[in-house]
Amino acid sequence: MSAFDHDQGGGGVNRRKVLECMTWAGTGVLWTITGGVPRSLGIVDTVAAAEAPGMTFLQISDSHVGFDKAANPNALGTLEEAVAKINAMPAKPSFMIHTGDITHLSKAAEFDDAERIISQTKLDVHYVPGEHDFIDEEVKLYRERYGRGTKGHGWYSFDAGGVHFVGLVNVVDLKAGGLGNLGAEQLEWLEDDLKGKSKSTPIVLFAHIPLWTVYPQWGWGTEDGARALDYVKGFGSVTVLNGHIHQVMQKVEGNVTFHTARSTAFPQPAPGTAPSPGPMKVEDAKLRSLLGIASINFRQGEQRLAIIDTPLQG
Amino acid sequence: MKTLNRRDFGLASALALAAAALPARFARADDMEVHIDNFVFQPAELAVKVGTTVTWTNRDDIPHTVVSAGKFRSKTLDTDDKFSFTFTAAGDYKYFCSLHPHMTGIIRVE
Repeated sequence: MSAFDHDQGGGGVNRRKVLECMTWAGTGVLWTITGGVPRSLGIVDTVAAAEAPGMTFLQISDSHVGFDKAANPNALGTLEEAVAKINAMPAKPSFMIHTGDITHLSKAAEFDDAERIISQTKLDVHYVPGEHDFIDEEVKLYRERYGRGTKGHGWYSFDAGGVHFVGLVNVVDLKAGGLGNLGAEQLEWLEDDLKGKSKSTPIVLFAHIPLWTVYPQWGWGTEDGARALDYVKGFGSVTVLNGHIHQVMQKVEGNVTFHTARSTAFPQPAPGTAPSPGPMKVEDAKLRSLLGIASINFRQGEQRLAIIDTPLQG
Repeated sequence: MKTLNRRDFGLASALALAAAALPARFARADDMEVHIDNFVFQPAELAVKVGTTVTWTNRDDIPHTVVSAGKFRSKTLDTDDKFSFTFTAAGDYKYFCSLHPHMTGIIRVE
């Protein structure tokens, strides 16, 4: 239950206690976490999930349909397991977001397979593309399937349960030596999109590559992400959901909570702990403990959204 | 070709054209390899003579590309896929992976 209790009485005192910080020391990561943080739990808290009031939506990410290398020879199979997990949830979520890398190589058959499996959740799914979804020759398959009603390369916003959701694209026009990229046109649109929104409206930004700088040596960050975050500064509750790095990471800065979801396909190493960010081969028995989904609960009046990460197994 | 000097540039260009037409016969001595391992182009910097064909091989489990703005652009290279480009003009060719832009390299053609 603790995931839902963290911000009770949620005033300034709690917020001042939010001292979570993330320090990069050499090649390692140091975490310090205190209260007031939407917590990621390593277990399925089915009781809490069943009783949670308010709106709950899901995040899945990095399904890499088509991936068949040593780190997981059957990425489609583990996506199916994730969907089974979703269908077994005691309370049906309102909808789902997919934070990109639906496919591994942007092949039509991969998109078709992903759709066939994910549609079995019978949930509305709001997608943003990963770099792996834009590598077909004509760069059209993603947009044909998921681009309807979106702007530019596929960005959009919508409202649900009193929360304003913004799906952003940061995998296009990447510059040599740089990180993820939103671009001037999208940033302008974002500024406009948020204009006129009440500052008490909870905001959820989601995109494939982390909008915050996780580990630039591996390209884990967004070049102009800080500009997007500038536009949400005045809002009381901001949650930034990303994928791309195939592991759970979170931090809180002021009113902004950053969170990355696990992949359903294969794990990647913690920053700096391997020669490269490539797929991490672990023993078969351990794989499903490193794959999973995230469930995000929003309760009216709570400043922060509660995020529960659930591995496929363990 | 190893001892090529400035005065031989015209000859080199001619050979490059010939190499493009008959790659198996003439280009072999100039073939150079760049491997992609662990999200790194190796070697990241390579000096070659005009007329050289450079072949990139992706040895990662993740797709990569080889892109030099306005000069050349590979298709997406899956594991063990290759991309070749023959350099027919001198200059510095900076390139990167458009999927993982922190991966950069340069071919210096002289």
